[in-house]
Amino acid sequence: MSFVKPVFRHPELPTNEIGYAQADYEGAISTLCAGCGHDSISASIMEACFEMNIEPHKIAKVSGIGCSSKAPTYFLSNSHGFNSVHGRMPSVVTGAYLANRDLIYLGVSGDGDTASIGMGQFVHAIRRNLNMVYIVMNNGCYGLTKGQDSATQDLGAVNKAGVENQFHAIDLTALAMEQGATFVARSFSGDKNQLVPLLKSAMKHPGFAFIDVISPCVTFNNHNGSKKSYQFTRDHIEATASIDFVPERDEIKVDYGAGLSVHVELHDGSVIQLQKLDSDWDPTDRSSSVRHLHTSKAEGKILTGLLYIDPKSQELHELQQTSTTPLNTMREDILNPGEEALASINQSFR
Amino acid sequence: MGQASGVNDFVIRFANVNGSGSASANDMFAKAIFRMGIPVSPKNIFPSNIQGLPTWYEVRVNDKGYLGRREGVDIIVSVNPQSFDKDTEIVKQGGYFIYDNSKPLHDQYRREDINYIGIPMIKLAMEHYTNPRQQQLFKNIIYVGALSELLGIEMEVIKGIIAEQFQKKPKLIPPNELALDLGANYARENYDCPLEFRLERSNGVGDSILIDGNTAGGIGAVFGGATVASWYPITPSTSFVGAFEEFANKLRVDKDTDRKNFAIIQAEDELAAVGMVLGATWNGARAFTATSGPGVSLMSEFLGLAYFAEIPVTLVNVQRAGPSTGMPTRTQQADILSSAYASHGDTRHILLFPNTPEECFRFTAQALDLADRFQTPVILMTDLDLGMNKHVSPPLDFSEDQKYDIGKVLDAEALENTEEYGRYVDVDDDGICYRTLPGTHPTKGAFFTRGTARDEMARYTEDGAAYKRVVDRLMKKWETAKSYVPEPELFQEGNKNDNGVIFFGTTTYAAMEASEMMKEVGIELDMMRIAAFPFNETVDEFIKSHDKVFVVEQNRDAQFRSLLINELEINPNKLIPILNYDGMPITADKIKQLIEESEVFAQETQN
Repeated sequence: MSFVKPVFRHPELPTNEIGYAQADYEGAISTLCAGCGHDSISASIMEACFEMNIEPHKIAKVSGIGCSSKAPTYFLSNSHGFNSVHGRMPSVVTGAYLANRDLIYLGVSGDGDTASIGMGQFVHAIRRNLNMVYIVMNNGCYGLTKGQDSATQDLGAVNKAGVENQFHAIDLTALAMEQGATFVARSFSGDKNQLVPLLKSAMKHPGFAFIDVISPCVTFNNHNGSKKSYQFTRDHIEATASIDFVPERDEIKVDYGAGLSVHVELHDGSVIQLQKLDSDWDPTDRSSSVRHLHTSKAEGKILTGLLYIDPKSQELHELQQTSTTPLNTMREDILNPGEEALASINQSFR
Repeated sequence: MGQASGVNDFVIRFANVNGSGSASANDMFAKAIFRMGIPVSPKNIFPSNIQGLPTWYEVRVNDKGYLGRREGVDIIVSVNPQSFDKDTEIVKQGGYFIYDNSKPLHDQYRREDINYIGIPMIKLAMEHYTNPRQQQLFKNIIYVGALSELLGIEMEVIKGIIAEQFQKKPKLIPPNELALDLGANYARENYDCPLEFRLERSNGVGDSILIDGNTAGGIGAVFGGATVASWYPITPSTSFVGAFEEFANKLRVDKDTDRKNFAIIQAEDELAAVGMVLGATWNGARAFTATSGPGVSLMSEFLGLAYFAEIPVTLVNVQRAGPSTGMPTRTQQADILSSAYASHGDTRHILLFPNTPEECFRFTAQALDLADRFQTPVILMTDLDLGMNKHVSPPLDFSEDQKYDIGKVLDAEALENTEEYGRYVDVDDDGICYRTLPGTHPTKGAFFTRGTARDEMARYTEDGAAYKRVVDRLMKKWETAKSYVPEPELFQEGNKNDNGVIFFGTTTYAAMEASEMMKEVGIELDMMRIAAFPFNETVDEFIKSHDKVFVVEQNRDAQFRSLLINELEINPNKLIPILNYDGMPITADKIKQLIEESEVFAQETQN
């Protein structure tokens, strides 16, 4: 069941620059388990949208099936949402984006929804550089069906039933980078300071922005032996950099000094400001990023933060040269080529 | 040895090798006959192969305008020794076997009761062209040239077609004309031309066009306002989206900005193809996908979501012979039940059954309207024969003033004036609710679309009563649809006979011809062609007011008959199946034969 929150708002709640209070970005009361990482991700999404001054109705939330895919009900209730079928969210977003290029598309998926049943659609959305934010709430297990291992469950992790996983985990960030994703990040549901600027950057990125968020399942995958528990994640996490998102109109004030500080300017003038922890890594160089990810993995670390960004990304509509006017606003006056055109078509078949 | 005859009335079949360039020569032949004003129906009988296997092209010429297939071949043009066996067998007594006599014909292919005409196609080609590819291609044009003399096709008409075809490559005109002349001269010098089977200019085609259903349908999607198309390649549907792309590129590119007022995505599979359609229509664009039976199987999960969550889908099913991969290059009408009830749970979808390219055009545009109006999948049930073969068809017609019916969509202003919006509230009591599009209004109209049960306010629910209210309303919507879908077509005023015939889609041509043929032997039947599912009152009345009704269709299991029995609660004994399912289009002869042999007329003879 979804529970609707009371609509009463304190009149003096602080508002953002377009007059919306934080409460205007909320959704229904969550029915996920208490302590679920997904709820923290929802909170970060609400915060990012509030701070970015995005009108809630200019966002569309689309998901597949699973605990993660239920999450969009629990944020942005003034945005249209679409809980589609298992593993097929990317195709629904593709169609929606073709129809209206002016909205921001938040795709919410899980590790089962993406790394198993939805693997095909995931890589093809990347291939087309679909302009969307693709969030995987990654907990390594199937929650709704009572905790079976998913394809991102780490090798050697012990599940709730005490069985050790024999198979290699699919690393969605590595896959996304190999497939040519133009924005790849990993984060942790418990690290809002990192996740919020990543979400902001992802929303500004013109193209496929992928964020794999480790989001522990408190019910089925948070015990000793799990490699996606809060404890394990905190013990092994290593950020690529500290990250700030600077909107286009703000002046960049902080300079961290040469070598470690990187500014990535986006198409609209806004800037992603990174304070790197490793001077050899260049976030705009794909091979350097892949290398960085592999090295950390070999060292047993969970690398988080922005992993790779292509500042020259060309998204789907630009590649297709589609009209800048959203297709869903066009009617007969534009779409019907008219009787004269049809007469000449008829003539060409005589 | 007799010579059978027929002016503007015969069947000619070409036996070629797939990938040898024969298709365009054969097309040219059929088009020339059409341009002489003679009704013609060409059919490709091709293998699932790119190059090297036998392929046939069968052309029926019929001045009366019967466009269905006819049994038997009067003339065969056999340029493929691989199939000589079959090709000599198939010619009717007194007919002609036209072959390449560059090499002598083996005695085993000689029949006493047919006539042989040898044209040294490859020899002439070798003598006059140097490049091997040219020799291969012009061999085909040489036999078209020979046929022009043998059958009396006006040479100027053929040359006119060549001139048009090579408008942009005029260098190719003279070598093509040379090939035509080589063939024509050889035939004239060596045989009595024209044969008893021949063509005479006629005025049997009027303002008709010669077009295949997929092309017409693709154009229909352009005029009907589709802006998003997603698809996955599958025979025989591929050319549908191909035509949409071709004509959208011609007619839907903004002249000032050079940007496209449409988007086409070749999806990774059929699941994604239909998912993209749902995404696009959910967001207010008109969208469609085209596929064949196997694709519909893959799309079924999404079709259920679209039905239950009430999202428009326009789906074109160009049917082919199943089950499984079946005969992918042969025609059938065998996806009736799997399309009507596609997906798990209680689902049902609107089906449209076009029977001409013009209807493929018009019904595609109408499907886009119906999908929006009823917020549900609408499936255009065409088939390989209609989709991929050219048919003489009424011209395409679409008024400049026609408004698209986008159905019940609340815009920002309407939402502003709405006190409380509920996505699944049946405000008008017709089962159709009002939808809103993402991004419309800052505080009103947002809702969550889902495939799980929900109440009228679009809230998730597991309350059985709320679920039942929703699925019952969907049936009410279904009832409303009955008055919107295309009406059945009756071919007599009121009932004239005790028994009737029901048919649909490409079966129509053959059924109508069979009706005429049966009249000649004293069998008169009332005829009804069905154009859509759900069935309306007229269909029910027609069946109930006749003793027996023959249901003619092209599948083994009499699926359409099952659908009628199931939906209208008809006594099965009343509906007699007339079936054809060998992958070839049904013929009038076959329908006539099966009806004559049926219990109805067998009994009459006994009495």
